[in-house]
Amino acid sequence: MQERLRELQQEAIQKVEQSASLKELNDIRVAYLGKKGPITEVLRGMGKLSAEERPVMGALANEVREAIAAKIEAKQNELEEAAVLEKLASESIDVTLPGRPTKVGNQHPLTKIIEEIEDLFIGMGYEIAEGPEVEQDYYNFEALNLPKGHPARDMQDSFYITEEILLRTHTSPVQARTMEKHQGKGPIKIICPGKVYRRDNDDATHSHQFMQIEGLVVGENIRMSDLKGTLEVFAKKMFGQDREIRLRPSFFPFTEPSVEMDISCKMCGGHGCNVCKHTGWIEILGAGIVHPNVLEMAGYDSKKYTGFAFGMGPERIAMLKYGVDDIRHFYTNDVRFLKQFAVEE
Amino acid sequence: MFVSYKWLQEYVDLTGVSAAELAEKITKSGIEVEGVEVLNEGIKGVVVGHVVVREQHPNADKLSRCQVDIGEGEPVQIICGAPNVAQGQKVAVAKVGAVLPGNFKIKKAKLRGEESNGMICSLQELGMEGKIVPKEYAEGIFVFPADAEVGTDALELLNRDDEVLELGLTPNRADCLSMLGVAYEVAAILGREVKLPDTALEPISEKAADYVEINVDAKEDSPLYVAKMIKNVKIGPSPLWMQTRLMSAGIRPHNNVVDITNYILLEYGQPLHAFDYDRLGSKEILVRRANDGEKFVTLDDVERTLSSDHLVITNGTEPVALAGVMGGANSEVTSDTTTVLLEAAYFNGAIVRKASKDHGLRSEASARFEKGVDPNRVRAAGERAAYLMAKYAGGEVLEGEAVADTLTVEPAVVSVTLEKINRVLGTDLTMKDVEEIFARLQFETSVEDDTITVTAPTRRGDIKIEEDLIEEVARLYGYDNIPKTLPIGSSTPGKLSEYQKKRRVVRAYLEGAGLYQAVTYSLTSEEKAAQFALEKRDTIHLAMPMSEDRSILRLSILPQLLEVLKYNNARQNDSLAVYETGNIFLANGKDALPEEREHLAAAITGLWHSHSWQGEKKPVDFFVLKGILEGMFAKLGLTERVTYVQAQVDGMHPGRTAEILLDGEKIGFAGQLHPSVQKGLDLKDTYVFELSLKAVLGAETEALKYQAIPRYPSITRDIALVVNRETVSGTLWEIITNTGAPLLKEATVFDLYEGDKMEAGKKSLAFSLKYMDPERTLTDEEVTKVHNRVLAALEEQAGAVLRG
Repeated sequence: MQERLRELQQEAIQKVEQSASLKELNDIRVAYLGKKGPITEVLRGMGKLSAEERPVMGALANEVREAIAAKIEAKQNELEEAAVLEKLASESIDVTLPGRPTKVGNQHPLTKIIEEIEDLFIGMGYEIAEGPEVEQDYYNFEALNLPKGHPARDMQDSFYITEEILLRTHTSPVQARTMEKHQGKGPIKIICPGKVYRRDNDDATHSHQFMQIEGLVVGENIRMSDLKGTLEVFAKKMFGQDREIRLRPSFFPFTEPSVEMDISCKMCGGHGCNVCKHTGWIEILGAGIVHPNVLEMAGYDSKKYTGFAFGMGPERIAMLKYGVDDIRHFYTNDVRFLKQFAVEE
Repeated sequence: MFVSYKWLQEYVDLTGVSAAELAEKITKSGIEVEGVEVLNEGIKGVVVGHVVVREQHPNADKLSRCQVDIGEGEPVQIICGAPNVAQGQKVAVAKVGAVLPGNFKIKKAKLRGEESNGMICSLQELGMEGKIVPKEYAEGIFVFPADAEVGTDALELLNRDDEVLELGLTPNRADCLSMLGVAYEVAAILGREVKLPDTALEPISEKAADYVEINVDAKEDSPLYVAKMIKNVKIGPSPLWMQTRLMSAGIRPHNNVVDITNYILLEYGQPLHAFDYDRLGSKEILVRRANDGEKFVTLDDVERTLSSDHLVITNGTEPVALAGVMGGANSEVTSDTTTVLLEAAYFNGAIVRKASKDHGLRSEASARFEKGVDPNRVRAAGERAAYLMAKYAGGEVLEGEAVADTLTVEPAVVSVTLEKINRVLGTDLTMKDVEEIFARLQFETSVEDDTITVTAPTRRGDIKIEEDLIEEVARLYGYDNIPKTLPIGSSTPGKLSEYQKKRRVVRAYLEGAGLYQAVTYSLTSEEKAAQFALEKRDTIHLAMPMSEDRSILRLSILPQLLEVLKYNNARQNDSLAVYETGNIFLANGKDALPEEREHLAAAITGLWHSHSWQGEKKPVDFFVLKGILEGMFAKLGLTERVTYVQAQVDGMHPGRTAEILLDGEKIGFAGQLHPSVQKGLDLKDTYVFELSLKAVLGAETEALKYQAIPRYPSITRDIALVVNRETVSGTLWEIITNTGAPLLKEATVFDLYEGDKMEAGKKSLAFSLKYMDPERTLTDEEVTKVHNRVLAALEEQAGAVLRG
C-alpha cells in the first residue's frame, strides 16, 4: 500500500509537470484528488490494516495528497502567469504611429508681439488705452502740434474721408484723447496699440495698414532719464538682456527733445553686419519729451507737468525678432506662415 | 544731403577725424548719417593719358586705334569704342592691371586683330551715375582740361579720392541743407572753428541799380529780392574741381554760370537763379502772383498753366521764372549769354511748395525754399556767386545791387533756467557746462542767476522755445551721458480693462478650439464692404482711394476671412479654421465720426477632424461651429442668455443658418455659406459666424459664485416625442424646462430620428430629463407628478406625443 501511494504521487506529479493547460491541470486534480480518485481508493483498503499501521498510512496518504495539491497549485500559477503574458503580448501596439490630432490654432504674430509688449508695460504700471481708427483731423494732427499746412500732414500721405475726418496715421491721437479725458491732471501711464493707415503702396517693406504701439507717461517730474531707463527695460525684456540701447537725437513735431532708440545688433553683437547696415545698431522706435504745445492743448500746465512718449511698429519688431522678410505676410494670413507662431516663448 | 568729406575740410579742420568717425559723431548728436560712400572703392590703376595719335581701326568702323602717352615712356596702343575720342585729348586711362568697379580687371587684349593695352574710360566706367555726368560726356569718354598732367592719378584729379556722407535730415534741420550749415554743426560737435568762404572782389564802377529796377507786388510771398549784375561773362565749362564737387553731391554740371549758382546752393543753402539779362526784354523785374490760366514755358520746355496760387518773376509783363521752382525758357542762360542778372531772393516756403507740388517739379531749390532758407544769408550768397563768376566766368561785377527788401529779420531770443534743463533731462549739469555747449554752437548767450538767455542765429530757424534749447544741450552733452532712471511719484496700477481681459479670453479660447487668428485689412471694395453686414448703413468711402479694392471701410469681417480661405485653399490647404477680431465701421452722417464696433468672425471649411491611418474623417458641419460658439459663451458665463433662431441671411444657406440672440437681442449669425457662394470661392462646405464682440463682451455678468454639490441622488426619465418635422428641439426644450422647474434640473436631447419608420412629416426627438431636490431624496411619485405635467404641456403646446 505504501508503495502504491508513492507510485501514485510520482505518477501525478509527472502528469502535472507535463500538463499544458489549466483544464488539463484541473482534470489531473479531479483524477488524483477527487473522491473517486486512486488515493481515496487506496485509503478505502485501510480497514485491513493493523491498528499500528493505520495512522502511519493515514499520515502518508495526507502527505501524498498535499504534495500533489501543492504541485498543482504551483503549476496553476505558472500557467496563469503565462496566460497573462500571452494576452499582453497579443495586445501590443506600434507606439510610433501618430496620435489622434487635437485641434489647435494660435495667435497671429502681431498679436503675440503686441500682447508681449502690453504685458511688459502692465507690469510697470501702465494701462492699455484704445481709440478710434477713424479720427478727426484735430486729434490726429492739430492736437499733436501739426497745424494745418504743416508739411508732415500732406493729403498724399493720409487716407482722408472728408476734410476733417481721416483714417488715423498713428496711434498718437489716443494719447491726445486720453490726456484730454484726464482734464489736466496726472499721472498718466498708458500704452496705445492699434491699427493705423497711410497712403503707401503695399510692397515688401510698406503696408497701407499696419500696427503701432505708443506709450505715454505724464506726471509732475518726468525726465528724459526716465524715458531712457524705461526704454532700456523694454529693450532688454523684448530683445534679450545682453542688448545695449542708445538714444540718438531726432525730430517729431509732438516731442521736444525727440530721440530715436537703437538696440545693439544681435546678429553681429554690434560689430557691424548686413542686418544693421554695418553700424552695429538697429533702429527700433521714436520717442521724446512731450512738446509743451501738446500738453497745453490737452489742458495741462506745461510749467508743472512733463511727459514722455514713444512709438514703435509691431511689424518691424516681429520682422527683426523672427526674421520675417516681407511685411505682406502679416496680412495675407497664409496658414503655413501663421502656424509658425504657435510656440510660446 | 550729400556731404563731401574733402570739401567739408575747406570750412572745418577735420584733422584726426576720419569720414567714418565723423559720420558716427554726427549721427549721435542729431543728424542720421545714412551711409558713407567711398567714391574710389574698388578702383585702381587709372591715370591721365594724352591721345597722341588717333586713327580709324583698320577692321572696325566704330573703333579707334589710339596711341596714348600714359607717362610710362613710349605711348601705348589702346583700342577705343567711344565716338568722341580725338587726337590731343587728355583722357582717363585704365592701364593694364587696373581694376574698375565690379572687380573688372583690365588685361592686354586683341580687338578685331589689333592689340589694346588698356582702356580709355567714361565717367560711368569709373563708377559715376549717368545722370550726373555732364551731357557732352554722357555718351562717350570724359576729357580732362588740357593742363592735366600725363601719368597722374585720374581719380585724384576727379576728386574721387573722397568719401561722401549721406545725411538723413529731419524737417527741422534744413540748416544742414548746405555745406556751411553742416560746417557749423560739425564745428560744434568737434569744438573747432568755422572758416567762411571768400567773397572779396573789386566791382566795376557801373551800378547794378541802373540796369534793373525791382518791384514786388506780392511782398508776403517775396519779402526780399536782390539782383546782382555781372557783365562780359564768357560761358564755358566750370573748373574741374567745381564740376567734381557738384557731381559728388549728385548734381550734373552744365556751364560755369549755372554751375556757380548750383555750387552756391550747396555751399550756402541759398538757391539762386541766373537770367540772361539781354533776353529779359525789359529793365524791370516784377514779382507777382500769376494770373489764373496764365501760360508759361519752363526751361525744361514744358508749357505750364499757372494760377493765382503761384508766384512768378516777370519782366514787368511776361513771366520769366516760376519763383523758387524753375526758370523760363525765354530767359535761360545760353552759350551766347554775356550779361547775367543773378537773383538771390527769400521766397515764402508755402507758396513754393504749392507750385512745386502742382507742377510736379521738386528740385534742390524748391526743397530749400519750402523748408526755409536763412534770411541773413541771401545777400552773402549773391555776393559769393558774383565773386565766383568774376573768377571763373571772366565776368565783371557791377557795383551794388538792385533790391526790394521788406524783410525784417529778428533772431529768436529764448531763455531757460538751469533747473529746468536738469529737471527735464534728469541730469546734473552746471551753468558752465551749458554755456560751453552754446559757445560751441556759436549761439550768443547771457547768464543771469539761474537763467541763460540764448540768441539763436537765423540759420537755426528751428530754435524757438526753451525745449529747443534743452534739446541742443541734450544732443551736444550726449544722450549716452544722460542717466537711466524710472519714473518716480504716485504709482499707478497697471491693468487690462474688463473688456480687454475678456477679449483675450475669447481669443485664447478660439485658438485652443483649433482656430488660427487672422488679421486682415479694414479697407475693402464696394462689392465686399456690406456683404454679410449685421447692420446695413451707408458705406464710408475714402476721398482719394489708391485703388478700388481698398476704397471703402468694411461693415463686416467675413468677406476678408473668406478671402483668407480662398487664398489658402488655392495653396493646398483646403481644411482650415480661422477667426478675426476687429472693428467694423458704421456711418453716422457725413460730418461725424463713424461708430466703430468690434466684431468677431470665424470661418471653418473642409475637414474638421481627420486621423488618416485610422480612416477617420469628419467634415465641418453646423454643429461643429455651434459647439465652438457654445464653448465660448460658457467661458463668458452667458450660456443661458444666448439663443439661436432659424434665420435667412443673404449669402447664407437658407436652411442652415441661425441668428444668435443675447438676452433676446440679435448679436450675429452662424451657419453654412450659401452653396453658390461656396462655389464662387471654390470652397468645400464652409461654416461661418460673425457677431458683435462689443455686445458679447459688454454684457454684464454676475460674479462667479459656488453652487453646492448635490448630496441627494437625481432621478432620470427618458422620453421619445413624436412631433411635426418643422418643430425645433429648442421649442420643446423650453416647454420642458419651463414646466419642469424647479425640480427639473437638466434636459438634454439624446436622439433625433427622421427615418422611414416615422409617419410622413413627423420626426422623433428624445430627451433625457433629470429631476433633483438639493435638500432631500425625491420619491418616484413626486417625480411622476411633475413629469406628467411636462408631458401634458408638450402635447398641449407643441402637439408632441410620446412615441408608442
